[in-house]
Amino acid sequence: MSDSKGSTAGDGASVAAIESRLLTEGNLRALGVVAVLGLAVLAFLGLSVAPPDRYQGDAQRLMYVHVPTALMGFTAFAVTTAASGLYLWRRTRNPRWDRLAASSAELGVVFTALTLGLGMLWGKPVWGEFWTWHARLVTTAVLLFLYLGYLALRRMIADPGTRARRSALAAIVAFADVPVVYFSVDWWRSLHQKGTLVNGGRFDPQIHGTMLLALMWGFGAMGVAYAYLLARRFLLAAMEEGIEERMLDAAIAERLAEAELEQAAAFKATEVV
Amino acid sequence: MRRLAAEVLLVAGKDLRIEMRSRVVLNQVLPFGGLVLLLFAFALDPDRGLLPRVAPGLFWTAVLLAALLAISRSFAIESAHGARDGLRLSALDPAAVFFGKALGIVTELLALEIPLASGMFVFYDLEGQGWGILVLSSLLATTGLACAGAVYGALAGGLDVRETLLPLLLLPVVAPVMLAATRSWEAALGGTTADAWPWIQVMTVFAVLYAALGALVYGPLLEET
Repeated sequence: MSDSKGSTAGDGASVAAIESRLLTEGNLRALGVVAVLGLAVLAFLGLSVAPPDRYQGDAQRLMYVHVPTALMGFTAFAVTTAASGLYLWRRTRNPRWDRLAASSAELGVVFTALTLGLGMLWGKPVWGEFWTWHARLVTTAVLLFLYLGYLALRRMIADPGTRARRSALAAIVAFADVPVVYFSVDWWRSLHQKGTLVNGGRFDPQIHGTMLLALMWGFGAMGVAYAYLLARRFLLAAMEEGIEERMLDAAIAERLAEAELEQAAAFKATEVV
Repeated sequence: MRRLAAEVLLVAGKDLRIEMRSRVVLNQVLPFGGLVLLLFAFALDPDRGLLPRVAPGLFWTAVLLAALLAISRSFAIESAHGARDGLRLSALDPAAVFFGKALGIVTELLALEIPLASGMFVFYDLEGQGWGILVLSSLLATTGLACAGAVYGALAGGLDVRETLLPLLLLPVVAPVMLAATRSWEAALGGTTADAWPWIQVMTVFAVLYAALGALVYGPLLEET
């Protein structure tokens, strides 16, 4: 499979070397095991070790998953933006960045949808309704639609070069909108629960003891899960491109063979005449 | 700078000339916008007095839907007869192409908004006040819509599915414009003009942001194979 398209040879080769050394099957399996164990421990910490909340009761336990998935969703979109920028910048242009951007955007959509879903499950018992028009909810919903659009755009462009360039531009143009959406919706309605960990730009946790431990563990476990899924999806994207290329090559070869047969037949016909 | 302006006018002039001759926006999109405003009256029973209260939101929803069609049209004319290649080969500054497309869309949208708004004032029985805010926020919102529309129209341009893809790409992006334009019209019509200023700021930031982004991304967007 040719990865050299549009990239300087030296740079591409060194990235390829790092990639093949890091993303081995053994490493990925180990990372997967760590991710599953981490999530299992998170379930244990969140469900049995941490006490129920004084006001929200057991419903509050959803926070140990909800807040980490939200953070991973945002991280995933940030990775997509960074990778898109690296693809667009000529000196670092490489199909890998495009693959990374696409893989991370897919995970971002999954994590963001999960965040909204879990938030709604939490909202029913605590707020009395699944959905309220709070600033953060609306912003997150808009974010989800922005990246659903990005993924839809990707699916619709067949040529890999055009797809990579257009989607990289789309990712950056969409990401630029996020602060505008956030601030405008925030002015519109600002009622969401205050930050639990960071208030006024300062790390100032409002929870303590095992609850804080469970939440912090959640960040780590979800981060490892994201890294694992990202690596798997990234390799899958490379394989998909390989198949596309091979199918294209096969189709071209088939067409050439047909043309040769036709030519031979035509030649024979002239000989007979 | 002067050359850039001349090129911008050239591209916008080309689009507007095509519109003058084909009358697609005027004869199809404008009646569509009016129809949407009529359908809102069916949806929200006019006797309940709801229409005048929610009129700003309805107006900007109608404009947004009509804008989708106008933007689609603006890029449909580029995809036929290899016009996109012609534009690329024309040696025009890509930024000028972007501003030209956006200016053409702004002109068309303003030509839609004026009759639509007039119709709404009459049929929804609105009392006009705060005209300065109404006009200023419409100009800013339209500029923002057209700039974002010109970027996304080109992104989806040339694809078989652009009619269905463009709304999905554009609507979440212009959500803040829709929100800001509605709130600022509400403030103007409600007589609380001071409440409109934060929204005017949002629309200004959005318009400047997408004008700058468009000028930057049009080069790579047009040069692709």
